[in-house]
Amino acid sequence: MTTTNRIHAEDLVDFASAKSAGPRPIQSSSRAARTRRKWYEIIGLTLPALAIYTLFVLVPMGFAVYYSLYRWRGSGAPTDFIGLDNYFGPYGALRDPIFQDALLNNIKIVIGSLLVQGPLAVAIALLLNRRFRGRALFRMLVFVPYVLAEVTVGVMWRLILTDNGVFDAVLRSLGLGSLVRSWLGDPNLVLWTVLGVLTWKYLGFAIILLLAGLSNVPEELSEAAAIDGASWWQIQWHVTLPLLGPTIRIWAFLSMIGSLQVFDVVWLVTTQAIRGLGAANTMATYMVQEGFLARSWGFGSAVSVILFVISFGAALLYQRFVLRRDLQGALTERS
Amino acid sequence: MATHAVALPRRRRRTNPWTSALTYGLALAVAGVCIAPVVYVILGGFRTAGQIAANPAGLPNPWVIDTYLRVISAGMFWQYVGNSAIVALGTTLGVVALGVCAAFALSRYRFRGREALYTYFVLGLLFPAAAGILPLYLLLRDLNLENTWWGVILPQVAYGLPLTIVILRPFLLAIPGELEDAAMIDGSTKLGFFWRILLPLSRPALVTVGVISFVSSWNAFLLPLLILHDTSLYTLPLGVQQFQGQYSSDTAAILAYTSLSMMPALLFFLFAERQIVGGLTGAVKG
Repeated sequence: MTTTNRIHAEDLVDFASAKSAGPRPIQSSSRAARTRRKWYEIIGLTLPALAIYTLFVLVPMGFAVYYSLYRWRGSGAPTDFIGLDNYFGPYGALRDPIFQDALLNNIKIVIGSLLVQGPLAVAIALLLNRRFRGRALFRMLVFVPYVLAEVTVGVMWRLILTDNGVFDAVLRSLGLGSLVRSWLGDPNLVLWTVLGVLTWKYLGFAIILLLAGLSNVPEELSEAAAIDGASWWQIQWHVTLPLLGPTIRIWAFLSMIGSLQVFDVVWLVTTQAIRGLGAANTMATYMVQEGFLARSWGFGSAVSVILFVISFGAALLYQRFVLRRDLQGALTERS
Repeated sequence: MATHAVALPRRRRRTNPWTSALTYGLALAVAGVCIAPVVYVILGGFRTAGQIAANPAGLPNPWVIDTYLRVISAGMFWQYVGNSAIVALGTTLGVVALGVCAAFALSRYRFRGREALYTYFVLGLLFPAAAGILPLYLLLRDLNLENTWWGVILPQVAYGLPLTIVILRPFLLAIPGELEDAAMIDGSTKLGFFWRILLPLSRPALVTVGVISFVSSWNAFLLPLLILHDTSLYTLPLGVQQFQGQYSSDTAAILAYTSLSMMPALLFFLFAERQIVGGLTGAVKG
């Protein structure tokens, strides 16, 4: 279709003539009516989705940029223009050590999730990809934590990990009493506890993705390798894993974006007292605490913008340099 | 580094008993770690606070059903369940209806700017939801949607649309054009074809996106937390958090409440496992 974009299925008949000249006089009214009708349909079909999506996803971010330039407590329109002080000023977010800690914590969670969940999920997926009776049941059980609501997971682990709670009791009964710590109360430890809970919650998702990826690896390949005398271990390492590459890269992308924005589990497992020390804040919990609960809309908007720029920038970079091959331009404009 | 766990060679057709025992052992261990906390919460609800204090890791002895009964009757548990169901159903309907219409236009019409429009929707997948939450709250406040269910439903629909369109469009594209031509020859309009033929044909894909948006709405926490202030409007996750705050000393009650609150999600998962798993993996593979 190199001619006008107006051509649609019904018009294929006059394809040849439409190419050279304008619409012929005899058919012009019916053609124009059809074209008009087509556009009405297109607009009617896409407009509701387009409007809601634009209004609630894109527009707020634009407002955030605007609000972030003001000191604004939320009554009336913002008037107290302070430029970029909410970002870089002496009391700006980027200069606040608590925010810096939150950002650092996010980075630790990103790296920790990738390094811990990745290998673990690959190992478990390869295990559950073997043929054995009851495999379907095991696959389902592994996925259960992912289905639970974040709130459920947060409340549950907070009770389990509380001082002298069931986790400590289990450790003691295993003779590991010396390992007992104040899991949620020790500022140096709490982030790693949170990382453990996040791993428990989201590992199932990684495993399910990898199992789906594994089901696409043709069995003939590993059979051929086996006939050539490769061991199970060699087959996984040299045949299966390389073919899982795209799946692993997409999982890493989703994990990274999720880790940068993590809120629910952190909010529920930790207390404000310990988050206030900078020990377990993330950018999102900081934003809700210092922006929403403190009713500092200008400052909170600045934090929103920073969080947005970091997440969106990371997503675009990853997309550009790592996922390019896998998605074939689905997410960015074709170049 | 990754797969030191199961390093035994696999014989063709016949498995070595040791290999198979090792496989089962490891699979059991993994499943145990995933399930143990859930089982603890469910069992904990059958114990009294005294039992839990005396021995945190013990089994119920004797079994007590009172806590569960108390939680069900006392709190606003059922109201929260109902609220969650309304919000989740509203979200699902909105996402599926708007999503399938847009996906239909984006797949079965040719028009200028079609790919650009599609890219515009897909861009939403990269939009960090948490980052937008604060300005979103301000917008909803200005629209007088604060403290209403619409204030939760509409943004959830908006955030659900990109994934829905990304899943549905290839599906609709794959339905052969001959079907459409045949319908046209029989005198159907384009919209008639959409309504009478395409929609019934795409039911599996619609169920998948419906299930995904239902589950994510059912579990949502941050948006309802900022938008809903009246406890009578609370969804279940807010109820759980509120209950935990109110009864922080009564561990047994929190355990019972938490385990009741996860039952709907677990049951739903049991029935819709295929759609959830298939949808998630299908969406990621694009």
